[in-house]
Amino acid sequence: MRFRALPLLMALAVAPAGRAAVLPDDRADVLYHRYDGGGVTIDGPSLLVRKKFAEKYSVSANYYVDMVSSASIDVVTTASPYKERRTQTSVGADVLNGRTQYTVAFANSDENDYTANTAGIDVSQDLFGDLTNLSFGYSRGWDEVRKRGDAEFSEPVDRSSYRIGLTQILTPALMVGFNWELVSDEGLLNNPYRSVRYLDSDSATGFAYQPEVYPRTRTSNALALNARYFLPYRAALSGDYRYFTDTWGVDANTAQLGYTQPWGKQWIFEVTYRWYGQSSADFYSDLFPRRDAQNFLGRDKELSTFSSQMIGLGATYELPPFGAAFLKRTTLSLFYDRFRFDYDDFRDVTAGGTPGEEPLYGFDADVLRLFFSGWF
Amino acid sequence: MEPKRAVAMAALLAALSGCSSVEPWVKPYERQNFADPVMAGDRDPVAVAYLNHVFEAREGARGALGSHGGGCGCN
Repeated sequence: MRFRALPLLMALAVAPAGRAAVLPDDRADVLYHRYDGGGVTIDGPSLLVRKKFAEKYSVSANYYVDMVSSASIDVVTTASPYKERRTQTSVGADVLNGRTQYTVAFANSDENDYTANTAGIDVSQDLFGDLTNLSFGYSRGWDEVRKRGDAEFSEPVDRSSYRIGLTQILTPALMVGFNWELVSDEGLLNNPYRSVRYLDSDSATGFAYQPEVYPRTRTSNALALNARYFLPYRAALSGDYRYFTDTWGVDANTAQLGYTQPWGKQWIFEVTYRWYGQSSADFYSDLFPRRDAQNFLGRDKELSTFSSQMIGLGATYELPPFGAAFLKRTTLSLFYDRFRFDYDDFRDVTAGGTPGEEPLYGFDADVLRLFFSGWF
Repeated sequence: MEPKRAVAMAALLAALSGCSSVEPWVKPYERQNFADPVMAGDRDPVAVAYLNHVFEAREGARGALGSHGGGCGCN
């Protein structure tokens, strides 16, 4: 169970908000991904194929696997390390009609204790001499939460997403974008295995655990602005900002800067810096004063007050032509991202000490993406 | 989708469609920079989707990833 009330909804952005109404290239990608940090290792493949027909229709399919080996701080303090596998399959279709593009998509994600199904539609329209692109979309998700060791346990989660995007060409070198998305969830939104801790003088450690209890609804709004600027010597500078707020009391800010530099005819290099910070949910506490201290109880570190930083490096190499005549061009890419997470009110219980005075938790994570792309 | 919201979105799109005769101030022949791969924020959708998936799994925030493509759901 790795879902943290996280929808597949965003997986359906086959025609992401804020793009011109142009069908994607015929292309196949084979990607290997690996995440390693905080005692968790997740790796696996992702395969994506897109194909156009008659310059008016396009279909896509994605097969994605997560192989998880988890000994995260949550797991080592209240459960046993585990391994599991999640498989996600998604398909999409686009229709281009003049300056309007319609996209429909469906995705299914399955693991031993969680199933998610999502369907979505997006419409994208070029306007004002194609300097402006306006898009909007809607997705609906139906999830089922199960629990290992309890065959009777089954809880639904319904999700909805509404989104609007706008991109605008301002000058021959500057493009800006705006995106807004509202996501609404209803159902069992907490992890059925996770616990909160509370002060308990009867316990040898001074504290004890009880299961989390979350509100059964959550609505969030996210507003993002971005800009991309073409530098005269053929390079690109990008900036992104996102503000997020939800009905659980989480407010978050995200800022990102990126630089893309080609080198010769065969290389493209990228460097990215990203900062993220959020406040905690209203019902979050690292240590509650007593059992059943309040109606809603949460100790998910992703709902605590924390900040993270990421530095990313990427390189794409255009491969020389080789025997496969059906491929017009091929590239090999490697992206490495280094994360640092620092929690302000989530403590490292494994360090021991007086309850509530343990050192604050933090960890580094390494993310690797290695992929081959072929255009046909 | 709520009917009111759907009607508002449709009306907005229809209203803007009627303005497509606005004279573009960046001419088509001045837009070659935007066709350059370095200007595509989602140049590699399969890779962008994966990184957004990592963000969604590790952070409380979600949504409005826009041209960054999509995430998918796990941590």
